[in-house]
Amino acid sequence: MTKKTFSTAINDALHEAMRIDQSVICYGLGVTDPKAVFNTTSNLEKKFGSERVFDMPTSENAMTGVAIGAALNGIKSVITHQRIDFFLLAMDQIVNGAAKWHYMYGGQSSIPITIRLIIGRGWGQGPTHSQNLQAWFAHIPGLKVVMPTSPEDAKGMLLSSIFDPNPVIFLEHRWLHDTLGDVPSGDIRVPLGKAKIVKAGTDITLVTMSYMTVEAVHAANYLEEKGIVCEVIDLRTIKPLDWKTIMDSVAKTGRLLALDSGFTTGSVSGEVVARVAMEKFSILKSAPTRLAMPDVPEPTSLALTKGFYVRASNIAEKVMDMFGKNTSDIKKDLPEPSPHDVPGEWFKGPF
Amino acid sequence: MVHPIDSSSIENSLSLFHQMYRIRMVEEEISRRYPEGKMRCPVHLSTGQESIPAAFALSIKKNDFAVSTHRGHAHYLAKGGDLKAMIAEIYGKATGCSKGKGGSMHLIDLNVNFMGTSAIVGNSIPVGVGLALSAQLKGTDQISCIFLGDGAVEEGVFYESVNFAAVRKLPVLFICENNLYSVYSPLSVRQPKGRSIANMVDAIGVGTGTCNGDDIYSSQKLMQNAVNKVRSGTGPYFLEFSTYRWREHCGHDFDNDLGYRSEKEFLEWKSKDPLINLEESLYKTGVKLGEKVDSIKASINSEIISAFKFAETSKFPDQIEAYQDVYAKEELSK
Repeated sequence: MTKKTFSTAINDALHEAMRIDQSVICYGLGVTDPKAVFNTTSNLEKKFGSERVFDMPTSENAMTGVAIGAALNGIKSVITHQRIDFFLLAMDQIVNGAAKWHYMYGGQSSIPITIRLIIGRGWGQGPTHSQNLQAWFAHIPGLKVVMPTSPEDAKGMLLSSIFDPNPVIFLEHRWLHDTLGDVPSGDIRVPLGKAKIVKAGTDITLVTMSYMTVEAVHAANYLEEKGIVCEVIDLRTIKPLDWKTIMDSVAKTGRLLALDSGFTTGSVSGEVVARVAMEKFSILKSAPTRLAMPDVPEPTSLALTKGFYVRASNIAEKVMDMFGKNTSDIKKDLPEPSPHDVPGEWFKGPF
Repeated sequence: MVHPIDSSSIENSLSLFHQMYRIRMVEEEISRRYPEGKMRCPVHLSTGQESIPAAFALSIKKNDFAVSTHRGHAHYLAKGGDLKAMIAEIYGKATGCSKGKGGSMHLIDLNVNFMGTSAIVGNSIPVGVGLALSAQLKGTDQISCIFLGDGAVEEGVFYESVNFAAVRKLPVLFICENNLYSVYSPLSVRQPKGRSIANMVDAIGVGTGTCNGDDIYSSQKLMQNAVNKVRSGTGPYFLEFSTYRWREHCGHDFDNDLGYRSEKEFLEWKSKDPLINLEESLYKTGVKLGEKVDSIKASINSEIISAFKFAETSKFPDQIEAYQDVYAKEELSK
């Protein structure tokens, strides 16, 4: 199988969906421009025409409502925003409209729309280009929230999102766009609502999502050398959340560390800790805990983001601490990459 | 001064009367019964504003789309929405058009392409534009009609929606009922003095027309011409009608005593009531016609009584229903 990047996998899914279903349309600021939203929308207009693939006015709220209206007459829209933060202008349409339409009209209409939102980080993205708001969307009944990590899941879950009869918030972390993985060709659907055990283990359950999974796996590999075998669960879907996979894992390990790319207060990780505490209290070997971003906006300066993110070292430290082990070597063993504000050599800015 | 009706327009006048009288009587019956406390949801009545939905009713096709606002009873009825299902919805019954989950502010009748109403000002405007986009994509001759008030014009989403409709030349008819007040806030505190909403929309690049809503025949002519124009594929069109809601913003009563508007202003609008004027004209035209008017009134009154009886005797939804239909479950085709 050929290795493909996450962004190519997204592009594959869009081509596949539009090919097999005439009612799928794709729009958003920049989807037809030369940069094609980090190459995720490349060649769509060329292949499917400007009626179905189009750039749009800078009108996030109305264009979300347009997708709702079109959905009422059988059109499946995929809308793309280059940053999740711009989509905050559309909260009325997504929360008051799309999320509730099926319910508030007694189940007569459904709103099969997919909103692709890209989460930025580093390179000075700053307070309004870097927010991880999965918990916000997960809070709203009627929305599904999808947050894949691997290229294969990106493709398979985008296809499932497009053909799901509900509004789906599809979150892509910018730091994953150039990651490589095996991506099967054709119409491959990865079901929504199922977490994936990316690393099996027996000693502690790490629950994570999106880019944080990458850091979790780094930490788990390190911890294994130290004799702690972590089970790493990539949630993949934030809503509906796969509680069974989490509970089964915690039943086995007796320990939980929930990780989150979002702010700490009101986070998905907080929800995971709460539920595990409520349902598995009697078998827990230590207090369930979490690691999320501080309740602080992401700063812009290179100097200010140093040590700011939750990295593999923080995860390893937390776990070692839970096992009462010495953590003094971790910062040396797992140093923050330098430069710390890019996902790798490939990222040269600006966004 | 009430004039007899020209013989060539008698049928049309009777149709207009039928529409207006039906909407008026439904709203007034809701108003009369509301204090009983059985309709336990906010209601926003259109009494006084009936000429616009009546003109609309006689200008559009069944498969055209329409969306409306929190003050949407009249538009639902004018589009052909089922009266019994609407009253049952306001009573919160299982037989309601939204199975009791939406109430007065969330009306729907998919049999006549009345696609929904919204409790959030401006919220349904882009939805109507999206319906127009779907018609354009599918190559049908359907148009999408969007009811809005003067307050919605102040929402950002209004500009965004009008702009997109203009860019893509979408078959949208915006129908603005300017009743001068957003809740208790007069236009004077919301929009600059001397502004014309229609002129402003004209500047965005969308054709516009304005009319005094009390002039029922001119309103109808303007509405029909606009519908034809939009259907011809030349792009969106915007209509602004001046009108006046007689009753309180929300609820069954009158509220002129609050002091946000004067009794004098209310009485001036009331004296121009297009429904009473039309009714008197019809009676004045001849005894035979008067009998037809009486028969229309009798049939509407009995239809309304049976709709309320239907609502009152319908069952409430089971409690379990509260937890159902949060997500659509069926896998879509493909």
